[in-house]
Amino acid sequence: MTEKYRSMWAGLGLDLDAHDMLMDVLGSLYAETYLKQPHRAEGMEYFDFVMSEVHGLRIEELLKEKEQGRKVVGSFCVFVPEEIVLAAGGTLVGLCSGADFAMEEVEKVLPRNTCALIKSAFGFKLGKVCPYLEVSDMIVGENTCDGKKKAYETLGTLTDNLYVMDLPQVKSEEGYDLLLAEYHRFAAQMEALTGVEITVDRLREAIGMVNAKRRALHRLAVLRETVPAPISGLDALLINQVAFYDNPERFTKSVNDICDRMEQAIAEEHRSGGGEGPRVIISGCPMAVPNWKLPAIVETSGGVIVGEESCVGERGQRNLVDAAGATLDELMDAIVDRYIQVDCAIFTPNPDRLAHIEELYHRTGARGVIHYGLQFCQPYIMESIPVEKALEDRGIPTLRIETDYSAEDVGQLTTRIQAFLEILK
Amino acid sequence: MERTGIDIGSRSIEVVILNGDRVQRRQCDTGHDPLNQVRRLLNGVRPDRAMVTGYGRQMLEVEWDLPAVTEIKAYARGVHYMDGSSRTILDIGGQDTKVIALGPDGRIRKFEMNDRCAAGTGKFLELMASCLGFSLEAFGAAAMTAETSVQINSMCAVFAESEVTSLVTRGVDRHAIARGVHKAVAGRAVTMLNRVRWTEPLVFAGGVARNPAMVQILERMLDVRVQVPEYPQFVGALGAALLA
Repeated sequence: MTEKYRSMWAGLGLDLDAHDMLMDVLGSLYAETYLKQPHRAEGMEYFDFVMSEVHGLRIEELLKEKEQGRKVVGSFCVFVPEEIVLAAGGTLVGLCSGADFAMEEVEKVLPRNTCALIKSAFGFKLGKVCPYLEVSDMIVGENTCDGKKKAYETLGTLTDNLYVMDLPQVKSEEGYDLLLAEYHRFAAQMEALTGVEITVDRLREAIGMVNAKRRALHRLAVLRETVPAPISGLDALLINQVAFYDNPERFTKSVNDICDRMEQAIAEEHRSGGGEGPRVIISGCPMAVPNWKLPAIVETSGGVIVGEESCVGERGQRNLVDAAGATLDELMDAIVDRYIQVDCAIFTPNPDRLAHIEELYHRTGARGVIHYGLQFCQPYIMESIPVEKALEDRGIPTLRIETDYSAEDVGQLTTRIQAFLEILK
Repeated sequence: MERTGIDIGSRSIEVVILNGDRVQRRQCDTGHDPLNQVRRLLNGVRPDRAMVTGYGRQMLEVEWDLPAVTEIKAYARGVHYMDGSSRTILDIGGQDTKVIALGPDGRIRKFEMNDRCAAGTGKFLELMASCLGFSLEAFGAAAMTAETSVQINSMCAVFAESEVTSLVTRGVDRHAIARGVHKAVAGRAVTMLNRVRWTEPLVFAGGVARNPAMVQILERMLDVRVQVPEYPQFVGALGAALLA
C-alpha cells in the first residue's frame, strides 16, 4: 500500500508509523504464506488484490459510502445480522482481531490470560492501526463468551460508539425470544443511526443479498469435496475471511466466478489448488486475518484442509434465511430461525456442533479432524475434550491443538501436525 | 545395503547404521553447529539411504535433501521393531515429552506431546539438578535413596527453581527435594499417558529413561513394569534407519 492513502489514514487518526510497520509485516507474511503456494487455484487474483488493498481501496470505498449517507457498522461476531444492517442502509464490516499488536498497552487494560482474539481487537484499537474500527459509525459488541462481554465494558471506555447486543446461551424457547427481542432492538438502533426505516421490501432485498453471498460460499464448500481438492485450504480460508470486509455483491460475484473456474478445471481434470496429501478439516475457534498460522503449518507439511467448522467458515455461513415472509415480523422471525442455528460453543448444551463436525468430516472425505482452540478461549477449549473423545469413539482421528497468535510454538506444532498427518497417510 | 537413521535432538544427536544384523550406534552433543556434528558422526560420508528425525530434521531435509519423519513416527517404528507387543511409549527427551499409543500392528493410535515449554522434560530435570548442586547422574541416585519426598507444585522451570530454592533455604533435605522433583515430572507424564488411554506393555525411551529413579517412581505410580530398552536414546535413530 502506497503513499496515496497516507492522508486518508491520518484523517482517520491512525498512528502512521505503527500502521506502516503492521502493513510491512502483513505484506511479507502474505507473500510468504499465500503467494509461495504451489498450484494455486485460478481466479485467486481478485482475493489477492482485495488483501493488498484491505486497508487502502476498501477504506476509500467505505468513506465514499459514508459521504453518500450510508453508515458503517463494525462487528466482531457472526451473530450480528448483516441483513438488518443492509436493510437500514448500513454496511457491515468485520473488525481486525487476528494478530498481536501493542500488547504492552493491551495488558494495561486486560488480564494477560485473555484469548488472543480479544487482545488483538484491543491492540488494534490502542495501537491505532485498524482503519475499519476508525471508519465505523457504530461498533457492535455481543455477549458471547465471558471474555468478550467483560472486555466490551472496557472497550466502551475507549470508544464512544459501542453498542452491545445480548445473546442467549441456551437454545430454548426463552433463548429464541431473547434473540428475537435483541434483533428488534438492534433494528431500531440501526434505524436511529441511519434514519432509514426498515421496510418489508428493504429487509427482503437485504436477505436476498446475504443469502446470495452464503450460497456462493456454500458452493465453494461443496467444490472442496472434490478429490483432489480444487483449492488449498489457505485460499478457501482467505475467501471466507474476505467475506467480512468486501462489498457483499461484488464478493458474491467474485466467489461465483472462482467457483465457475474451479468447476471448469475439475471438468478438464486440470490440476490446481490443493495437494494430494491427507485431507483434514479444522474445527474450533475462528481465524481472523492474518491468523494463518495453523493452516500454513498443515499445508506446508503436506496436508490439505477441505473444510472449516468455524465462524470464519461453515459454522458462520451455512443456512439461509427464508425470504418468503410477507410481514416484517415474519422476516424477523426467519432471521432468528437462521441465526439461532449457529452452533457456537457459548451455547449449552451444544450437540449440533459435534453433529456438524461429523457431517463435514464425512461429506468432505477428510481423514482426520484438527481441533483448533485459542489459549484461554474457555468455551472451545472446554468443548475440545468431549468433542475429541466423541470423534475418536466414532473412529475419527482427532488432534487437539491449543495455541495463540505468537510464533514461539511453531516448532512443536509442526512436529505434532506432521505426526498426525503421518498417521492419516 | 546400509540404512542410516539420524535423530537430531535439542541436546544430543544419535546415528544408527543398520547393515544386515550389524547395528552401529554413534552419539554426540547437538552443540551450536548440528550440521557439522552430523558430518563428524558420519565421518564425512553422506549416506545413500537415510532418514532423518528429531527436532533438527528440517535442517538436513533442506541441506542434504534427506527424507524426514517426526520423532513420533520414528519412536513408534523403533519400539515396534524391538518388541512388537509394545502398546505404549513414553519418551522424555531434552525438550519435550511424548506419549504414543500403538495399535496391535504397531500403527500409531494416538499421541500426546507437551506444548511450548520445558515443563516435565529432561531440561527441567537438568535445571533442578543444577539448582540443588547435583550432577545429572547423582541427581537420580539422590532421588532413589531419599527416605522422604516433598511436594513440588510448580511445573514451570522458572517458578520451580524459586520453589526449590526456598525449600533449600528452609533446610529441607535436598535428597527429598530431588525425589519431589522426579515425582512431579513423573506425575506429568502419567497425566499424558492417561490422556491417550494407555495400555501395557509400556516402553520408556529417550534420555531420561536412563534415570533409575524416574523408572522406579513411574512403576510405583502406574503399578506396572516399565520396560526400558538397552539403548533408550537410540530408539528414534533406530526407527528412522528402519524407515529409510
